[in-house]
Amino acid sequence: MSSVADDLHHDEHHDHKPAGIMRWLLTTNHKDIGTLYLWFAFIMFLVGGAMAMVIRAELFQPGLQIVEPNFFNQMTTVHGLIMVFGAVMPAFTGLANWMVPLMIGAPDMALPRMNNWSFWILPGAFLILLASLFLEGGGPNFGWTFYAPLSTTYSNDSTALFVFSVHIMGISSIMGAINVIVTIFNMRAPGMTWMKMPMFVWTWLITAFLLIAVMPVLAGAVTMVLTDKYFGTSFFDAAGGGDPVLFQHIFWFFGHPEVYIMILPAFGIISHIVPTFSRKKLFGYSSMVYATASIALLSFIVWAHHMFTTGMPLFAEMFFMFATMLISVPTGVKVFNWVATMWRGSISYEMPMMFALAFIVLFTIGGFSGLMLAITPVDFQYHDTYFVVAHFHYVLVTGAVFSIMAAVYYWLPKWCGKMYDQTLAQWHFWCSLISVNLLFFPMHFVGLAGMPRRIPDYALQFADFNKWISIGGFAFGLSQLIFLALIIKASRKIGEPATAQVWDGAEGLEWEVPSPAPYHTFETPPEVK
Amino acid sequence: MTEQSQSNNRMVIKLVAIVIGMFGFGFALVPLYDVFCDITGINGKTNPYAATYDVNTDVDTSREITVEFITRNQSGMPWDFEARTHRIKVHPGELKTVEFYVRNPTGRDIIGQAIPSVSPGTAALYLNKTECFCFEQQPLKAGAEALMPMQFYVDPQLPEDIKVFTLSYTLYDVTGTSTVAMNRG
Repeated sequence: MSSVADDLHHDEHHDHKPAGIMRWLLTTNHKDIGTLYLWFAFIMFLVGGAMAMVIRAELFQPGLQIVEPNFFNQMTTVHGLIMVFGAVMPAFTGLANWMVPLMIGAPDMALPRMNNWSFWILPGAFLILLASLFLEGGGPNFGWTFYAPLSTTYSNDSTALFVFSVHIMGISSIMGAINVIVTIFNMRAPGMTWMKMPMFVWTWLITAFLLIAVMPVLAGAVTMVLTDKYFGTSFFDAAGGGDPVLFQHIFWFFGHPEVYIMILPAFGIISHIVPTFSRKKLFGYSSMVYATASIALLSFIVWAHHMFTTGMPLFAEMFFMFATMLISVPTGVKVFNWVATMWRGSISYEMPMMFALAFIVLFTIGGFSGLMLAITPVDFQYHDTYFVVAHFHYVLVTGAVFSIMAAVYYWLPKWCGKMYDQTLAQWHFWCSLISVNLLFFPMHFVGLAGMPRRIPDYALQFADFNKWISIGGFAFGLSQLIFLALIIKASRKIGEPATAQVWDGAEGLEWEVPSPAPYHTFETPPEVK
Repeated sequence: MTEQSQSNNRMVIKLVAIVIGMFGFGFALVPLYDVFCDITGINGKTNPYAATYDVNTDVDTSREITVEFITRNQSGMPWDFEARTHRIKVHPGELKTVEFYVRNPTGRDIIGQAIPSVSPGTAALYLNKTECFCFEQQPLKAGAEALMPMQFYVDPQLPEDIKVFTLSYTLYDVTGTSTVAMNRG
């Protein structure tokens, strides 16, 4: 090994990057692209969050005061689309880009040029979606689920832009997923067998398969909406022989696996953080792998639990009810494994662990309300109320988003080489934790009492709860600015320098490279024992 | 590295094939859904073709089924549309005729299409229509009115637990896309 010569060689060629914007436009480096994804996701999180602030401001008091109902509907629609496709999914893709090659000892993603494309078409998609809000008649207002006939017969002409932007988002996700699968299959370091792969890599592999299975179905659904609206087909139009309920079947065939796309990588992240800060091996590694795979498989046979009130026959309702409840078994396996990992561990409460603990408790609350919704007879009362809103925000905000925050705190020192600001982190965590519960917990109560979702006004008896929900919403939104400040500080290299291992209980290949991770890593594959 | 990139390419081709297959599957769900619902009759769609009534059909006088009729218009469809008979008691196997009234109160010719739906959905398989205005698009000149007949019988195989079912018609304005000639009125 002529390491000196090698090093010189590297300096000459590999750390050379074009200056300024061209570096980012042309980059094929997995770390650069991961960073781009993460920043994009954070910007979209703030944009979608600003829309949530509009929603909460309107709902602060009963009656219509701030925005027109049509604009309110556009806010709920685009808030949902941006948070799902613009914030949570790109954030996970960014984490995969950064961490999967580091964790499996690969020098880069398998298809770096496609990686560049899959990121750079994404801002275009969201510019199109956001631009449609400024058209005459406004942007999409039919809810992120774009049920026909709302999106076909009753929508305005911005629907064409909506369809186009969803197509681009889908293509981007599919390319990202293909890249992850090929990387994991072909580029693992020698000795890293399937059952030695880190949990984050496992969960992302399964997520990527879900993505390539269902994103094309979503593309088909929006294409049918497009041709129904503009080209005279009747997929969802009963007058022409179609069926509007068919739309819901196709949409939720995509939609239910989609919600697991947004949570499986979170399970992977938590499965890294809990062992690190408990200073123990992950309890039940192989059961974690099998549980993840079972959740993914079950996700394909539960879609109609979103449709209990469409007049399904009894046997179908029973089937989807029990299949849905079955999912709580592998999910329970995961939660118990995390708890068992902590059992008798020497736990320390650094910020990633705080978010992971909040995740475990609050995600479980979201899981329980999901079980309640799965019970067909009571779902008739909960359907389309704020109880549903409370449920999916517990699993997506205190679930997926908290896991992303935990991941950022966990890996930020590896990315930037500096520890984050501890004071800001404490403020961010506690403000977020308190405000997010103030925001979403009372939604259970107003939902059970019958407050419908997606309506800009409500009955007077819900006024007090909604005031508190809005206050919680504003506080949660502002708390994220602390997080922004913290990330900017670390990325400007202000703070305590981090060691290569960063956390003394951390294990895995990503902790064997220096902090900050060099531009090129693992050009010679490491040996995994 | 070439071996690596070859194996990458093979993998990408397989994965793209899955993507294309799943895109096709999304569209295949449309006919699959129709076939599935036809066989099981679970979404309340009745047969779009006329049934033939065998005059030797045994009428099961021991059972009496209540059939209710409701009508509604898709928003934007200006016709007056109502069932002349709102509910009727029939024995399974017995042939009955009911009439629906339509009037076009506007100053323009309109073609309508009625879409039937049965609730509970499982009854749809046992409702046999020998004649129905819903089998065809219905043109109606400006200001004209008409009585549209619907002749049906309930299959004696109707499950015992169904004693009442509702047939609903939703009327759609299909003037823009219709190929039917405007001749009634």
